[in-house]
Amino acid sequence: MNSAFRDLTPAQQLVPVTLDGDELMLPDGANLAAALLAYGVGVFRGTPVSGAPRAPYCMMGACFDCLIELHGVTRQACMTQVQAGLVITKPKGRDHADG
Amino acid sequence: MQMVDLAVIGAGPAGMTAATMAAGAGLSVVVLDEQPAPGGQIYRAVASGGTARADILGKDYVEGAVLVQGLLASTARHERGAVVWDIAPLDEGFEITFSQESGPSRVAARRLVLATGALERPIPVPGWTLPGVMTAGAGQILLKASGVVAGSAVLAGSGPLLYLLAIQMSRAGAPPLAIVETQSWRDQLRATPRVLGALRGWRTLFKGFGLLAELRGHAIRRITGARNLAIIGTGRAEGLQFTTKGRTQQISCDTVLLHQGVVPNTQASRALGLEHDWHHGQRAFVPRTDIWGESTHRGIFVIGDGAGIAGAKAAVPAGELAALQIAHQAGALDKATRDKKAGAPRKRLEAERSLRPFLEAAYPVAAQVLAPADTTMVCRCEEVTAGEVRKWAALGCKGPNQTKAFGRVGMGPCQGRYCGLTVTEILARSHDMPHSAVGSYRIRMPLKPVTLGELALLEPTDAAE
Repeated sequence: MNSAFRDLTPAQQLVPVTLDGDELMLPDGANLAAALLAYGVGVFRGTPVSGAPRAPYCMMGACFDCLIELHGVTRQACMTQVQAGLVITKPKGRDHADG
Repeated sequence: MQMVDLAVIGAGPAGMTAATMAAGAGLSVVVLDEQPAPGGQIYRAVASGGTARADILGKDYVEGAVLVQGLLASTARHERGAVVWDIAPLDEGFEITFSQESGPSRVAARRLVLATGALERPIPVPGWTLPGVMTAGAGQILLKASGVVAGSAVLAGSGPLLYLLAIQMSRAGAPPLAIVETQSWRDQLRATPRVLGALRGWRTLFKGFGLLAELRGHAIRRITGARNLAIIGTGRAEGLQFTTKGRTQQISCDTVLLHQGVVPNTQASRALGLEHDWHHGQRAFVPRTDIWGESTHRGIFVIGDGAGIAGAKAAVPAGELAALQIAHQAGALDKATRDKKAGAPRKRLEAERSLRPFLEAAYPVAAQVLAPADTTMVCRCEEVTAGEVRKWAALGCKGPNQTKAFGRVGMGPCQGRYCGLTVTEILARSHDMPHSAVGSYRIRMPLKPVTLGELALLEPTDAAE
């Protein structure tokens, strides 16, 4: 995936996680939002109001735009550390919600 | 439940200093901080980044490691990754509830220090919700905490942080394509007389001039007096559009990093019902505090940028002053010693604060940010535009809390952090009322969203019943 970001310290221990069912390797212990951006994930979710695409904005736990689902629970990616086996889902937002 | 002498919320320079000093005076102290390591946003990950990152971020950043080492070497208990979501006053002291990866916990404290720092000012310009648009602070946090840098970025807005970030990105081998600044030469001219008042803070002022000199060395394209900023792109940011001298231009890029200065993060101080005042220079509400940092609620101190923006160098003496008063109130320090020790930090705090009027005039908030166009989104969470807020104002909606009932503005997960000041500005203008009369959103606990599972894990307590 092409990323808009460059990782200046790429020689890190990588661990497997899944994103929407696909396995990818991310740096162990890294900030999840930063790791996904560096991997090339440009859109993290669709909003519940209009389905508009969103991605990290503040990187400090305040804006809630980097919300993803971790094992089915909504979490802030920028407040989460990467660990092996994370099951990550991008919330699809309006028109894709259950029911 | 265990009762400590002092709970400090936030481990930035203010919180770290207050906690370390209070612990040194013999008080039992707990520090609750959201991040995996102390440092706050200014010194984020300062103890773990390594020398390559230190070379990129510079000496001022690296110096923060001293505060981290001080805190970790003290008897203060540092709770990492601790998200505080409830603070309840008890008969004596406060009960604080927080969540960590291991689950929720409570701690009781006789006194409380809020050192919750700053947030980027909301920057409602067209396209600011698109993926690829972040705050300049976010761009810097990516560098500090993760060693990740935007490869094709435009920095836009105003304030010294843009220069610092441009230099740091250049050192990292990824200079921004351009810095597009909203302030004009007229603003700089207007700020000039205030340089005299800022001379007491000459150390920091000189650093600023050094910053500008280094920036020139990197030969980054700089455009000032830019208006009508808009991020263009379908589904993600593809470029920045702006007007200068009547001409509209575009710069293509993958990332736009926005900045309009920072404002106090008052979520906790608001939720606790402390008195706040409108600060016209900072165009933000600040909690009312005395010379020691104690708020209008006895036993609650607010220090650092959360008590009014003055920067990291002011946060340290503010932390010292609060610790002196807290130690005195707890009976661990007599009045004469407290006053003797307060002289030096008070002088340093005043010197740093003396810079602010100059900076406020030189880098004013852009007109389009204070009064966004009708079609511009102001509430990112609930996707409410400035026009909708104005429409409600015309229908008689007087205050920010009422706007919630009209259209859910400020009711999303960020709880108004990135729309509150904008809504206050819009209503103040619509009704031609002072900002202090318009007020701000009423903030309620929980301060951060919490799952039912976490609630269920907590044992009921006296305060909760």
